[in-house]
Amino acid sequence: MKGERRGVKGLPNVRRSTIFFIFIMISILLFASLLLHARQSRIRSKATLTANAEMVGRLMLTDLCLFTEARYTRHPSMADLHSPFQDHPFAMDHFPSGSLVSPPRFHRETP
Amino acid sequence: MNSSLERHRNIVDFALSSLLRRKGKNISLLAVYTLIVFVIASIIFFIQALKREASLVLKDAPDIVVQRLVAGRHDLIPVVYGDKIASIRGVSRVRPRLWGYYYDAAVGANYTLMVTDNQPPAEESIIIGSGVARTRRLAEGDLMTFRDSSGSPVLLTVEKILPAASELVAADLIIMADKDFRGMFTFPRDRATDLALTVANPREITTIAAKIAQRLPDTRPILKSEILRTYDSVFDWRGGMLIVMLSVAVLSFIIFAWDKATGLSAEERKEIGILKSIGWETADVLLLKFWEGTAISLSAFLVGVILAYCHVFFFSASLFEQALKGWAVLYPRFRLTPVIDPYQLAVLFFLTVIPYTVTTIIPSWRAATVDPDAAMRS
Repeated sequence: MKGERRGVKGLPNVRRSTIFFIFIMISILLFASLLLHARQSRIRSKATLTANAEMVGRLMLTDLCLFTEARYTRHPSMADLHSPFQDHPFAMDHFPSGSLVSPPRFHRETP
Repeated sequence: MNSSLERHRNIVDFALSSLLRRKGKNISLLAVYTLIVFVIASIIFFIQALKREASLVLKDAPDIVVQRLVAGRHDLIPVVYGDKIASIRGVSRVRPRLWGYYYDAAVGANYTLMVTDNQPPAEESIIIGSGVARTRRLAEGDLMTFRDSSGSPVLLTVEKILPAASELVAADLIIMADKDFRGMFTFPRDRATDLALTVANPREITTIAAKIAQRLPDTRPILKSEILRTYDSVFDWRGGMLIVMLSVAVLSFIIFAWDKATGLSAEERKEIGILKSIGWETADVLLLKFWEGTAISLSAFLVGVILAYCHVFFFSASLFEQALKGWAVLYPRFRLTPVIDPYQLAVLFFLTVIPYTVTTIIPSWRAATVDPDAAMRS
């Protein structure tokens, strides 16, 4: 059984399988370099994370500043459990970020 | 060994030629497949990095925050509650927190106003987060106008702008002096927004919280572990927008797999029939289809994952920005520290590459086991 040895445009003597394997190898190498980048970034960002954690401790912060549109998504851990239904019990959430933040899971059931 | 390798290379050559013969169909298939992997991998990278960042940054959050609730709503807490709580054995420090929100009608942004007793700004001065500075185009030394509870203007000088690297925790923060905060909102002197507690022994936190709830029934203690768990459940897969995105991606993938699994085109059947009639074994045909499936799915997986990494960690997940921003005017600009969870990537690999490859092989196996003559005629 002979495979098609026909090359590709511009590279008449290179087999398609060779180009495919080179592409896969380059992709794997690129992926491996991203793993390395992730590791290096974690080392580099240590100082920033420590400074942010120190700021959280100093200012007694409780939440990340991810969504500033509603108080129960700006400080989800501080929100009372009625917040999303503040207008009436069947009220739809006004804010898109409300669909990204789940209700806080507390140890106790009382709101 | 070499002949086996050469056999595989010949089959890969043939598989690639076969894919290129249906160039339009296969390129569009590869593009959509890559897009699905890209979307799912972007979500995985973003959520993992955010959860890791939350757990590292919020580890120094107060051990317990005590809120007062009135009719199910957060209310100001009397400062004397702090003395009652401080008398509970194990509580080493109680600090009242003064904070609230301010809606800036000029730009339509919401800010978090806060008072600190640790390196506070001078009176009539403020320290602002870089998100506030960006939104209001402020620099150090500029004046920022607020309206107090009576509607009168209050002018405060920007003493300092917090570093841009702190945007994930402080983009919308305005730190002000106790006197300015209380004056602006006519905030009673004997009240605080809530109380932050430090507990000497972390193992006693739950017991202390139970004692607080028992002694002060109108309060709600929030533990540090609950704060951290809140960010564990943020972007939960059951969340509205995420389930929509994930179901679209998964449904598209099921449509692909279904299209492949339900049968081959007449042209593909004919091709298998011809290959069988010129001496190809069923195993060779299956190997050919395996390599066709692998070429598409492996390329889509690798390219999709690499693009997702670049999107989330080099371009700050800019495609998700509109969804995350919502109606907010002030949006924090932060670059997450990359995290790659091998387990989740392996799950993504097994959920995308393996099913697709298998679904390309099964109909080919059915076609390859029939008589070549019948396959060609069909």
